[in-house]
Amino acid sequence: MIDNINYINNGDNNKIDKIIEVNNLVKKFKNITAVNDISFNVFKNEIFGFLGPNGAGKTTTINIICTLLPPTSGTVRLNNYDVNKDKYKIRNSIGLVFQDPTLDDRLTAMENLNFHALLYDVPFKEIKKRIDEVLEMVDLLKRKKDLVRNFSGGMKRRLEIARGLIHYPKVLFLDEPTIGLDPQTRNRIWEYIIKLKREKDITIFLTTHYMEESEICDRIAIIDEGKIAALNTPENLKKIAGSDIITIISEDNSRLINYLKENFSIATEIHKENEVRFEVKDSSKFIPSFIRHCPVKILSINARKSTLNDVFLNLTGKEIRDENASSKEMMRIHARARMRR
Amino acid sequence: MRKELLGVYTIWLRDIKKFFRDRPRIIGSIAQPALFLFVLGSGLASSFQLFGGGGGQQFLAFMFPGIISMTVLFTAFFSAMSIVWDREFGFLKEVLVSPISRTSIVVGKNLGGSTVAMIQGLIILAFAPIVKININIISILKLVPATFLAAMAVSSFGIALAAKLKSMQAFQVLTNFILMPMFFLSGALFPLTNAPQWLKFLARINPLSYSVDMLRTIIIGKNITQLHPLNIDILVTLGITAVMSAIGIILFNLQD
Repeated sequence: MIDNINYINNGDNNKIDKIIEVNNLVKKFKNITAVNDISFNVFKNEIFGFLGPNGAGKTTTINIICTLLPPTSGTVRLNNYDVNKDKYKIRNSIGLVFQDPTLDDRLTAMENLNFHALLYDVPFKEIKKRIDEVLEMVDLLKRKKDLVRNFSGGMKRRLEIARGLIHYPKVLFLDEPTIGLDPQTRNRIWEYIIKLKREKDITIFLTTHYMEESEICDRIAIIDEGKIAALNTPENLKKIAGSDIITIISEDNSRLINYLKENFSIATEIHKENEVRFEVKDSSKFIPSFIRHCPVKILSINARKSTLNDVFLNLTGKEIRDENASSKEMMRIHARARMRR
Repeated sequence: MRKELLGVYTIWLRDIKKFFRDRPRIIGSIAQPALFLFVLGSGLASSFQLFGGGGGQQFLAFMFPGIISMTVLFTAFFSAMSIVWDREFGFLKEVLVSPISRTSIVVGKNLGGSTVAMIQGLIILAFAPIVKININIISILKLVPATFLAAMAVSSFGIALAAKLKSMQAFQVLTNFILMPMFFLSGALFPLTNAPQWLKFLARINPLSYSVDMLRTIIIGKNITQLHPLNIDILVTLGITAVMSAIGIILFNLQD
């Protein structure tokens, strides 16, 4: 197993440009520990990602940082404000795009943004200008006066991102920003997020359970069962998994495993679908020498670059999966169905 | 302070805008009371004649303010209860993370829901000529604050309940076990003056009976079904509004 400590890279702690500091955060709900003693920092102007399955504690942590839930213990600071003491100052400095749509679909895009601007006390003279500015950012300026109910899922999500920006927050939180969207729309959302980082002085904190997507982050925390299993840049995390993944199907898998163990000191076992799966530093060098003396007949051999999915599998021993739907989850599914109508 | 007032205004305005955009809801808000008044009301009125009583027309006149009360009460209650849903999956979630105090959110929601309930109640006044009730400009001027006050009482009660509710299922239970009995015992559908003592007692401790009595006295004047003097009705309704609003504000602030 991998020693996790080596893979936690929290950057230089003496750096002054920390925007979020979380220390020994614990959150318990009755007898369930949703967040189990986690610590991490987020730096100004980075895209920081939380990667993990549903129920890992991602949303709970975000809700605590956003002052929607009180921590059971530990300290959380955002922009140097404490979540317990300076709630309203924190609320003023953040924008939040929720997992579930919170737009009023009988109102127009402009009305939705206007309400938000009023709640955040954006100066009256500025509101019109800012609405145009954020709509332009997400390419919705032409739809300004359209009812939100006529928007597609991707447009709604873009509008929510625009709404989260209208009061010029220091940190924008995006909780599963691409959930429920088709792959093409998802890519566009990511393009907007990258553009946002480039053009604005803003820190982006996002969660996702799509492996591919977390690769746009500057740093990723892999979170599972309320703990941070690893925190590093996507490139460094991928190194943890070993560089290449090889899967083999042979006529006699147990002999193959023995052969791998004796000749290459690779410990492996049979995975699902009768595959033998293991990692090597460089598959192009490994495969020729492996094939040359292999005593078993190989039916198929496949080599590929490791992905964050492999990192997750390595660190937690399981694949990112969807949890069973709780009653709240059922309400959420219902809510989404309503929004899509 | 300016900021908080702006927050209250924003939350209020959103409820109003949503109401006027929702055409099916406006139609429903007219159709349902019409159904109660003309189908149920006319049916009941004629059944009294069948059993030997007179006064079918008086019954309709009696029921008319009851139907207005019903509309106001149910609209205000459901609006308050929408908080349960809205807090998890709607606009309210967005409001709760904004820098607006919980007090302003409760006040804004209360005023918004009550305004919509008042408008819906006043729309029904259009049926007055059909049940042969004279509505003059004075009684309308009295009814505007009166329906608003009745709505505020229920709305603040609903908000205080919603603060404690975690799921929509609990809301169904509350509707069946709290709202319906309170409605039946409010004197909206049948007069309580001639009711058995135990019913009368239950009605007296039912805060809704005071709002219904208030609206009825304003609409049809002094009548045999009146339970209390008008000023008592107004004072009790004001008192309930004040107490329930305070509880709602405290509960929401505690949860922050």
